[in-house]
Amino acid sequence: MSTQTDLAPAAVGEPTELTYREAINAAIADAMEADPSVLLLGEDVATAGGVFKTNEGLPERFGRERVLNTPICENGFLGVALGMSLMGLRPIVEIMFADFLPTAGDAIVNELPKYRYMSGGQCSVPVTIRVVSGGTGRFGTQHSATGESWYMGQPGLRVAAASSPGAAYAILQAAIRDNNPVLVHEHKGLYARKGIVSRGEVAEVGRAAILRVGRDVTIVATLLMVERALKAAETLAAEGIEAEVIDLRWLRPLDLPTVRSSVERTGRLVVAEEQIHAGGWGATIISELVMGGQAFRTPPRAVSMPADLLVPYSPPLEDEIIPSADAIAEAARAAVRE
Amino acid sequence: MTDSSPPDRLAWYRRMLEIRRFEEKVQELFMGGHIQGTTHLCQGQEAVSVGSIAAMRPDDVLTNTYRGHGQALARGMAPETAFAELMGRRTGGSGGVGGSMHLVDFSMGNIGSNAIVGAGLPIAVGAAMAFRLRGEDRVALTFFGDGATNIGTFHEALNMASVWRAPVVFIIENNLYGEYSPVRDTTPLDDLARRADPYGIPGVIVDGQDVDAVRAAVKAAVARARAGEGPSLLEMKTYRYRGHSRSDPAKYRPDGELERWKERDPIALLGVKLSAAGLLTAETGKALADAVQAEIDAAADRALGAPYPTLEETVRYVYAD
Repeated sequence: MSTQTDLAPAAVGEPTELTYREAINAAIADAMEADPSVLLLGEDVATAGGVFKTNEGLPERFGRERVLNTPICENGFLGVALGMSLMGLRPIVEIMFADFLPTAGDAIVNELPKYRYMSGGQCSVPVTIRVVSGGTGRFGTQHSATGESWYMGQPGLRVAAASSPGAAYAILQAAIRDNNPVLVHEHKGLYARKGIVSRGEVAEVGRAAILRVGRDVTIVATLLMVERALKAAETLAAEGIEAEVIDLRWLRPLDLPTVRSSVERTGRLVVAEEQIHAGGWGATIISELVMGGQAFRTPPRAVSMPADLLVPYSPPLEDEIIPSADAIAEAARAAVRE
Repeated sequence: MTDSSPPDRLAWYRRMLEIRRFEEKVQELFMGGHIQGTTHLCQGQEAVSVGSIAAMRPDDVLTNTYRGHGQALARGMAPETAFAELMGRRTGGSGGVGGSMHLVDFSMGNIGSNAIVGAGLPIAVGAAMAFRLRGEDRVALTFFGDGATNIGTFHEALNMASVWRAPVVFIIENNLYGEYSPVRDTTPLDDLARRADPYGIPGVIVDGQDVDAVRAAVKAAVARARAGEGPSLLEMKTYRYRGHSRSDPAKYRPDGELERWKERDPIALLGVKLSAAGLLTAETGKALADAVQAEIDAAADRALGAPYPTLEETVRYVYAD
């Protein structure tokens, strides 16, 4: 069995155990400490540590100008971040819930990703957008989307998804250093998870991580689905099925080579996604592999959310609608035994 | 042109003429198929661009809109560079990929001409905040139309700028029409400067046909912003001689309106003042107009001779290294 450090870039810092929340805090603090042009802005980012307590201690340490509370106006303050970036700052913008991204649709679709292009390459737009994504929080229909695939088709953007404390730290470091707008999805169900973080590690843009090696079936997942895929792999291992688990990490650019080379070995593919299948990264991966002539021993499968339902508040219903480890294991089992 | 140099009103006159002749040439080139798609002309509004930009320092910045040829030229873009951009040529300011709605030059602090109504305002607030956070005394100006005062980003930007006391000057070019609709069909006010009141910032009505009045008003607002006293909203009362875009003959305008506004043509108004001051005669005026026309014609010809870019060379415009 492999660990994520096998294929991830080498760590330069001392590995320490942090929660996902602490890892995000550390990534922001380390970047702000290293580079005075980095700042954090968003709704309530400087108050009480932020809504999900990711920013504790930051306003005290860096001041309330570099940790800047904004009014509730996502489209407006993303435009502000764009203007700051044009003048040499590297803003990190917190979007309190992924569901609010479409209120900033103009900034995310028309402004941040197109600004450099329309200028003929005269400028760059180093803006990191931290997006609190996903369900399990009992937040209801308008506060529970992952939104991870909504903007993955947009040239000029990069889109990432953090599945663990280590991934969150390294992806944020990469996003903040990148000279392009990067949407980084965090999952609200993961903030208390603990994991090993290497301070100073910078993820490679567009590189997926193979978290577990297996010969029978490839499971690709993001965000909360990654730990559920790993749990499914444990269950399957007890049955004699060896699943390979890939944490996709980047949706734009998509790491098709890593997925393809895994499927070449296993011949079977399951995508596990906390979203409906149509129009998402799972559908795109399957499409790209098929178009690339990839041979499958059994048809690819998707474990996704129901195509025509919305996320409910009611706790047992929310639990039912989000793909479980059992559902992922069942799909992988079916793929192997068909 | 800076706010510390004495006003060179003859240079303003020449620049306004250059913008007028440029726009007329754009019409001609459009009819000839050399410029395609859409284009939004600013004849009649030249004093707003030239007067405002005469109040800026070289290290100040501006954002504007798709009706932005006037500001680009006033800020110093060469007509040939602008023509080439409108023709989609490699020698255009954005390498030909931007077109009429995106005349930008970062080296001149012309940091964004936006095709989305209202989108340039928060960007200017962000630039202004970058200056403030770094302790620089630079100012951001943002130009937009009357129609933009109804979109969310206008209100979001004024609110943020006021709360943060950002060094930004908001400039409405109220040319009486938002696209095809008169202001009063879409907006419950005649004086859009009143929209400053709810945000606790000064709102000033300015005669947008009088370049001296424009420059004085912007100079005061820029000085206020530079001194850390926060943003202002200036409403330039002006008029668009042409329709909204190339496909709009503007038949919705009441009879006589265009003619009444032409009686207060911004170039003619300044010409009269310069003549009275002994700075311009019929002869020198004609010589100047001829020289500007020759310069514009030559610039357009050179742009027409420039090559188109290739898709391959535009790849590097998408992502920065």
